[in-house]
Amino acid sequence: MPDGALPVLDVQDLKTVFRTRQGEVHAVNSVSFDLKAGELLGVVGESGSGKSVTMMSLIGLLPSPPAEVRNGRVIFGNQDLLKADDDALRQIRGARIGFVFQDPMTSLNPVFTVGFQLMEPLRKHMGMSRSGARRRAQELLELVGIPDARRRLGDYPHQFSGGMRQRVMIAIALACDPQVLIADEPTTALDVTIQAQILELVKELRQKLGMAIVWITHDLGVIAGIADRVIVMYGGQIVEHAPVRELFGNPQHPYTRALLQTIPKVHGERDARLRVIEGQPPILGAPPDACPFRARCTHRMPRCDRENPARVVVGPKHDAACFWDPATGGERDV
Amino acid sequence: MFDERIGKKALVEVRDLKMHFPIYAGVLRRHVGDVKAVDGVSFDIYEGETLGLVGESGCGKSTCGRAVLRLYDITSGSIRIEGQDISTLGQDSLRTRRPAMQMVFQDPQASLNPRMTVASIIGEPLDEHTKLSRAEREARIYELMDQVGLNRDFANRYPHEFSGGQRQRIGIARALALNPKFIVCDEPIAALDVSIQAQVVNLLEDLQDRLGLTYLFISHDLSMVRHIADRVAVMYLGKIVELASRDWLYGDPKHPYTQALLSAVPEPDPSLEAATERIILTGDVPSPSNPPEGCNFCTRCPRVMDICRRVDPQFREVEPGRHVACHLYDRHQTSAGRTAP
Repeated sequence: MPDGALPVLDVQDLKTVFRTRQGEVHAVNSVSFDLKAGELLGVVGESGSGKSVTMMSLIGLLPSPPAEVRNGRVIFGNQDLLKADDDALRQIRGARIGFVFQDPMTSLNPVFTVGFQLMEPLRKHMGMSRSGARRRAQELLELVGIPDARRRLGDYPHQFSGGMRQRVMIAIALACDPQVLIADEPTTALDVTIQAQILELVKELRQKLGMAIVWITHDLGVIAGIADRVIVMYGGQIVEHAPVRELFGNPQHPYTRALLQTIPKVHGERDARLRVIEGQPPILGAPPDACPFRARCTHRMPRCDRENPARVVVGPKHDAACFWDPATGGERDV
Repeated sequence: MFDERIGKKALVEVRDLKMHFPIYAGVLRRHVGDVKAVDGVSFDIYEGETLGLVGESGCGKSTCGRAVLRLYDITSGSIRIEGQDISTLGQDSLRTRRPAMQMVFQDPQASLNPRMTVASIIGEPLDEHTKLSRAEREARIYELMDQVGLNRDFANRYPHEFSGGQRQRIGIARALALNPKFIVCDEPIAALDVSIQAQVVNLLEDLQDRLGLTYLFISHDLSMVRHIADRVAVMYLGKIVELASRDWLYGDPKHPYTQALLSAVPEPDPSLEAATERIILTGDVPSPSNPPEGCNFCTRCPRVMDICRRVDPQFREVEPGRHVACHLYDRHQTSAGRTAP
């Protein structure tokens, strides 16, 4: 991994709020992170932790209303995406930032052929001719390992299996050689053997093409296998951030620690009883004035009810938003 | 029904169960073929144990679970529960057997009536099958809510007021209402978040210890099945390819499909991840309406042999308590075809 590389994407203090009839929902609260060229950044969290909303906010994919990006800066290249107008964003989306969503059936248009959907970004963004786009589309299908690519360009999405459809989605996302690929739970709807195929494909494509990837998932196993760096989100905030080995080897936030203990493993020791995280994730009705995890935390201190911990450096390239120090078992000295 | 060798009693005995769904096509709606969702599976479930049934989507595991409870009219085969054959029972006599065998469904959102309160959902089986007085019925509902860890004060709330994990508790309480012996859990945790899954699995285990329940636990989550099951059956395209005790199956899988399936599960440990050699299967699962000739797995098997494309391997016991359907373990093959896994 290029260590001193400049970030291709720099997100500062992002806040996203949904206005609903029941009041506001503070889905993303002061999220800051960067993405370096060529790296794979894993984003882990449960449903409702704000991981997808964060990424959708970046590139203006959330419908407004109800969503409102209240604050923050998203520097991509030399511009702030939050200040860019719709036309500028449209130029970036699909061309310089590609997307892969969870469910390939609902994100492909069922009434157009796969070839048409692959050629659309090529013709719109790259101004390719019909025949040029067709050639490139065939290359892309071959790149993602779809056999008999030339013939399959004329097929409709329903003629592909789930795994093949996700390959098509990846091919579309890669069509214009994006600098950044955002993949939102791309293997969650797939079976494990097919997931293994897609993970292998992504590893291979990274080596060939070298784009930066943001990989959103709830599956810590997937993250362990492919990520360079990991962000753990809870209650709309980043609670821990570290290189992958550091995170799994030396987790600091009680949520990360508990999460790693609740998941059973296929190999190695089998626990007689699963550890649980009691309680439910918070409902984010107001901007947080205390730690969002406190109600489920086994290391809760009086201070956790009064202030929301900021992210502090706890190790090499490793930070966590917590007052508790696992090394001493007491309060962190901050 | 009493197995001498292991000294355990089989509560559920399934033999050569088939569940085919007919395909009709054309103007005349002629019968043109069958989707062979479950195509000849046999297994026992011993009293008080959990049998895990794993496989990928479309392999027929849910259909199998539903067929065992006779939620379908099965195509052929036999199902004995507590020694009584229920495979051909009519709806009326089946109804009298229902209290002993219950089901917990995958999607707690879809399997709870949104217009009924929690108390009426849990109380419905009591109304159908018992003649409790009002007070007894209420006491039983509260008792069930306590058992699954639901607050009694919520008895008059509606399902949408609960989180996914709590809704699944309502579904479990309903299944327990009539003191069943056998519960089919069809992907009970698939719709839940990781931190909530462990809560529900621990609840199921506690209830099993306390009430002596027998489970058929259907799931695609291999690591969770390793946690909860005593024995595990692996299904592929309508057939069971391997059945063994948990530790054997996970420690020394015999069937090439089981081996590939286990190696495909990502481990939450980066150093282990880097070290594992993955068996990556190529291609997709064939259609169950048109399975390949010979072994169902022959189109994707990394160790396929000639015989696999011609002859469907028998599901047989290769070691005491270990059943595999694979030509690699045929007797005349054992010397030539068998290599260290």
